[in-house]
Amino acid sequence: MIGFTLTDEQKMLVEAVGRYAKSDLRPAAHEAEEGRQLPSKLIKRGWELGILQASVPDGYGGFGDHSTVTSALAAEALAFGDLAGALAVLTPSLFVTPLLLAGAEAQKQHFIPPVIEADWKPYSAALIESSYDFDPNDLKTTARLDGADYVLDGAKTCVPYAAEAETLIVYARLDGETRAFIVPSKAQGLAVSERIKLMSLNALPLYDLTLTGVRVPLANKLDGDFTTILASMRVTNAALALGVAQAAFEYARDYAKEREAFGVKIAQKQAIAFMLAEMATEIEGARLLTWEAAWKLDTAKPDASTAAYFAGIGAADMAMLVTDRAVQILGGHGYVRDHPVEMWMRNGRGFATFTGLSIL
Amino acid sequence: MPIEFETPKPIVQMQFMLQTVADNMMRPYSRHFDENEHEIPYSYIEFMHTAMKASGVGSIAPQGDPPEGQEANPKRPPIAYQMLASMLEMLAWGDVGMYLITPGGGLGAAAVQAAGTPEQKARFLARFSEEKPTFGAMCMTEPQAGSDTSAIRTRAVLDEKTNEWVINGQKIFVTAGDKAFNPHDEFGKGFLVVWASIDQSAGRAGMRAFVVETGTPGVTITKLENKMGIRVSDTAAIALDNVRVPFENVLGSATVDKNITGFKGAMATFDATRPLVAATGVGVARAALDEVKKMLAEQGVTIRYGLPRQKLSSVEREVIDMEIMLRSAWLMVLKAVWMADNKQPNALESSMSKIKSGDIVTKITQKAVEIMGPLGYNRAYLLEKWFRDAKITDIYEGTGQINRLVVARHLLGYSGSELR
Repeated sequence: MIGFTLTDEQKMLVEAVGRYAKSDLRPAAHEAEEGRQLPSKLIKRGWELGILQASVPDGYGGFGDHSTVTSALAAEALAFGDLAGALAVLTPSLFVTPLLLAGAEAQKQHFIPPVIEADWKPYSAALIESSYDFDPNDLKTTARLDGADYVLDGAKTCVPYAAEAETLIVYARLDGETRAFIVPSKAQGLAVSERIKLMSLNALPLYDLTLTGVRVPLANKLDGDFTTILASMRVTNAALALGVAQAAFEYARDYAKEREAFGVKIAQKQAIAFMLAEMATEIEGARLLTWEAAWKLDTAKPDASTAAYFAGIGAADMAMLVTDRAVQILGGHGYVRDHPVEMWMRNGRGFATFTGLSIL
Repeated sequence: MPIEFETPKPIVQMQFMLQTVADNMMRPYSRHFDENEHEIPYSYIEFMHTAMKASGVGSIAPQGDPPEGQEANPKRPPIAYQMLASMLEMLAWGDVGMYLITPGGGLGAAAVQAAGTPEQKARFLARFSEEKPTFGAMCMTEPQAGSDTSAIRTRAVLDEKTNEWVINGQKIFVTAGDKAFNPHDEFGKGFLVVWASIDQSAGRAGMRAFVVETGTPGVTITKLENKMGIRVSDTAAIALDNVRVPFENVLGSATVDKNITGFKGAMATFDATRPLVAATGVGVARAALDEVKKMLAEQGVTIRYGLPRQKLSSVEREVIDMEIMLRSAWLMVLKAVWMADNKQPNALESSMSKIKSGDIVTKITQKAVEIMGPLGYNRAYLLEKWFRDAKITDIYEGTGQINRLVVARHLLGYSGSELR
C-alpha cells in the first residue's frame, strides 16, 4: 500500500528531536559557527535524545530496530536546528550504522555496545577523498592483504573528530571494491592533520587523515556489501539537506510576512510569494524522494540503491536552490551574518560533497 | 498508512492492462491523428468504452463518495484516486490527446460529481455506462476570462413562467465540446456543464453550473481550435444564445447565499482534478524519457547510475536529472491523491503536484528533443509531438502561475485580497 503518515513512535521521536533542534541547536548555531566550537553539553543533550540508540537492537545495547525511514525523519528534524550540530550529535553513528548494516555478528557484539551504552564519544569514519571526481565506489585509498593483516594506504578528508576519536571506520579499495575497515586511531602509520576549514561547518572539528602502511587484523574488515552503506549515507545526507532547506524556507517565509516595502508586506508581492511556493514545492518533491528511497532500503527493494542515488542528487540540488532563494528573499539582510540564511546557503552547497559525512 | 510506497496489486494489474492499450490502441495511431487534426479515433473510443463497461469502471472521472448503504470496505485502505491517477498516467504515456477524449464524462462528469445532488448524479451520470460511448465537457473559460474565473460573463436567468433557465454567453477552450454536444451517430447523448452567473452582483457566490444536454437549441459550436499539440482532442468554442434548460439542471442549490458559494463546486472540482492532470503530465514525461533511454541504448549509450556527476557524460547527467524530476513529480501526485482517498484536505498538495508536473513535463520533453538532436526534431519519431503535447499541462486546469498563487496563499495564510 501507499502511505504518508508517521507512526506514533515516529511522531514522538520527531517531536522530541524537533524540540531540541529548536530550543538547543538553533540558538547555539551562530556562536558555534563563529567560534568554531560546539558546547559539549549541547552535543551530550542531543545524544541523550537516543536517536541512534533507538535504531540499534537491544542485543547490542540499543532499544529499537534500524529503520531508514525513521532515521531520515530524525535526521531532517535535527538538521532543521543546525547542520554542524546535527552532524556532531550523529558522529558516532558513522561508526555504528555501517557495523549494523555490514558487520558480522561478532563485530557487532564487540564494537557497538561500548558506543551505544556510554555518553557521547567521538567514534567516526573516513570516506571522502580530496579529488574533484571523488567516487565512493572507486577509492584511491587502498587495502591489500599481507599475511594476517590488511594494509591500508591513502589519504582522506572531512573526517569529523578524527583527532579525538578512539576508533574509526576507514573505507578503502580492496580487489576493486570499497570495503570498510575498523581502525584504532592509535594505529601506526595513521596521521591526523590540523583541523581543516571549509566554507561552512566551522563548528564541527574536521580533519584530513593519511594512512601509510596502516595494519589492521583480518577481523577488522566488515564483510557486508558497501552498496547498502553508501545508499544509507545518501539517504541521510538527503534528509539533512531537507532539514536545512526547511529551516531556510520557514525563516524566509516569516521574514517576508514581516518586512514591508511599497506599503505592503513583501510576501504580498508575487515575485516573493512565487519563490516561496517554488521552494516549498521543491522541498516536498525531494522529501518524498528521500522517504521512498529510505523505504526501499528498509524493504530491500532491488532498486533501493538507485533510489538513494536519486534522492541524494535531488535533495542536494533542492537545498542549493532553496537556500539561495532564502538569501535572495532577505536581500542585503540575508547576506549579513546577523541572519542565519547565509550560513544555510553555505551549508546548502555542501550537500553535493557531504555524502559520507553522516549515516544513520 | 505509515510511510510506504508499495503500489497496491489492483493498480499494478490495471497498469499492466493499460500498457497493452497504450501499446496497441494509442501509440500506433498517435502520428496519424496528430497530422490529421479533428479526425476522430473511433476505434480507440469504441475500445475504451467497451473495456470500461466490461471492467465496470464506467468512467475515468473522480467518483466521489460511494452511494449510501454501499460503504467502502473498512479493512482495505481506499485507493480509488490512486487508481485513477495511475490509469491516467499510463493512458497519457500512450497518448495524452487520446486520453483527453476517452469517453466517460471527463470534466463534465467531474463537475456533476463535485457539485450535483445525489438525484442529479443518478440522472446525469448513468448515460456513461450505456451502450454507446458518451462524452461530457466542462465550459468554464471565456474569451475575456481565463484564470480569473470570477470575470465570467455568461448569465443564466430564471424564466419563472416556464421554470427554465435562459443562458446567454460565450465559452472557449472546451475539451471534447464537439463530442459532448454535437450529435454523432457513433456516440450517445452527452452534455455540457456550463458555468454561469445567476446574480452578477453576488460575484463568485452567484456562480452556478448548468447541465446543457446534447442538441439543446441555441447552442452553437462556433470553432474547433487548431493547436500546438493534443491535436486529436477537440477544443471547442461555444456560443450560447437564449439557451433554455429545465430548472432541475442547475447543479446544487439555486439560492444565492454568500455562505454557500456556488464557486466552491468549481474549486472542489479543481482540487480533485489537479493531481489527475498532473498525473497525465507525468505520463507524457515518462513517455519522452523512456523513448530517449531506448534510443540512446540503440546507439550503444548506457547510463551509469550511481556515479558522481563529475564522472558522467553530459547526456548521462541530463537523463539522470530527468529521472529525478520525473520521480519526485509522480510521488507528489501520489501524495495528493492519497490524501483525497483518505478524505484529507489536499488543495495545497494538489496545486503543488500540478506545479511540479507542469514544470517537469515541459522541461523533460524539451530536453528529450534537444538530446536526440535531429532525431528529436524529426516527425518520424514521437518526441517532437510529446514536446508539443506537454506544454498544455502547464496551462490547463490552472496555469503554473495560478497554482503558485494558490500554494503561496496556503503557505502564507493569505486571502485572495492579501495576495492578489
